[in-house]
Amino acid sequence: MLMNVLTYAALVHESVLDPAGTHARTIAGLWSVFLWVTAAIYVLVMVALVIALMRRGKHDAAETPRGTYAAVWVAGAASVMVLFALLTASILTGRAVAEERSEPLRITLTGRQWWWQIDYEDADPSRRITSANEITVPVGVPVTIHLHSSDVIHSFWVPSLNGKRDLIPGHDGTITILAERAGLFRGQCAEFCGVQHAKMALWVNAVEPAIYARWVEGSRKTARTPSTPSEIAGLQVFLRSPCPLCHTIQGTDASGSTAPDLTHLASRRSLGADSLPNTRAALTGWIRDAQQAKPGCQMPAIDLRSEELNALVDYLGSLQ
Amino acid sequence: MIAARHLRTLCVWSFAILLVCCAREKRNYSPPKPPAPGKGLKLVSLAPGSSAPTAEVANPYEGNALAISEGKRLFSAYNCVGCHANGGGGMGPPLMDSQWIYGSDPQNIFATIVEGRPNGMPSFGGRIPDQQVWQLVAYVRSLSGNESPFAMNGRPDQMQVHRQDQSLPHLPPQRGSAPHP
Repeated sequence: MLMNVLTYAALVHESVLDPAGTHARTIAGLWSVFLWVTAAIYVLVMVALVIALMRRGKHDAAETPRGTYAAVWVAGAASVMVLFALLTASILTGRAVAEERSEPLRITLTGRQWWWQIDYEDADPSRRITSANEITVPVGVPVTIHLHSSDVIHSFWVPSLNGKRDLIPGHDGTITILAERAGLFRGQCAEFCGVQHAKMALWVNAVEPAIYARWVEGSRKTARTPSTPSEIAGLQVFLRSPCPLCHTIQGTDASGSTAPDLTHLASRRSLGADSLPNTRAALTGWIRDAQQAKPGCQMPAIDLRSEELNALVDYLGSLQ
Repeated sequence: MIAARHLRTLCVWSFAILLVCCAREKRNYSPPKPPAPGKGLKLVSLAPGSSAPTAEVANPYEGNALAISEGKRLFSAYNCVGCHANGGGGMGPPLMDSQWIYGSDPQNIFATIVEGRPNGMPSFGGRIPDQQVWQLVAYVRSLSGNESPFAMNGRPDQMQVHRQDQSLPHLPPQRGSAPHP
């Protein structure tokens, strides 16, 4: 258990103070400037307060000691200058972070209640990739993410890579991330978007370009053909259940577009926008009654006999 | 004295009005299993205009605002809009009036969705979970004004916002050019 927690902590990065992208590094720099400047001011004020308390009673209240007005002026001017310096620092940081880059890789991220749809755009439709809740990017390549919302305002925030950017319905925006090293970076919706806002997380998986190319190659393929009898039965269960009304599995007749694409479901880390780990047990429970794990989510409870459910989970578990 | 009595009356009435709204905002995400599909319902004959089925089945979502707005979302997600438009009708009949060939009671609409009807209405039995069928029933009935107006939403919980036709295409800002208007 402890080993798991430690491994998790070593693998997963979700902190502004643990930057792994150029933008996040700039923001962390600003954070340090603010921390040290405000800490110095705090210490100076405390020292001044202590001195003032120790000198109490040495002067008449009626008598204004010489130099008081001058001290007030100096302190006032110093405060204004420090404030302007901090303001300048944050404006410069904002400009550096907002800088547009060329976009060799274009991803559209659609916020939905309560998960993320991810589309790797390409002029050729057969080369597009659709996934959910997990973005794979190559290390060292700036990736421009186009932000779109299909219902309410969400906010994309992967603290280790960049600041927040809202997904506003009817008003698409962009954000650029550039991962400096390989790693797994967790993100979270940062704008209250409804009852399951807290369980709306996503992963950014930064990998070396060679691994990324392999991932793209695999993800462009249609779903794996079921091979064992149980998997074949599972596909049949999938197709005659309510599933294909909302879900897509490329290479089959299922082509619903309101729920996550399941073509490569088994290759994902988690279910329900990181509500559950992607294990067989969790997937079984999720299909049987997703409302237990994520009350209010749009996945309805599916009424299946246990052998049907087993076959379905066998099939979905094979979709690498 | 009189003012105090008025105040008390006002409080009692406000509380009573709040109680009325309780069912409207009730959110039960894992409700008990709704009535079985079609089992207790008598099928209507193929000819339209026959008498309505007799089995009375109450919609568990009658008067529930969330169910109606979920029904609205599903109505477009399951492409009911493809034939019925947003209630105005197209290839399929309009749903905004309350005089219906196969009956406009909740159990009739449930049966229509689950079993399908001749001349185009497909059967969604086994395709849409019963709970969602009942949500669709609540929404469809709200179209014809058969649902409580207190539960019908002026604005759906799930706004479907699309890019305006007349909006400018999204262009990446160019260095040195004038800012985007």
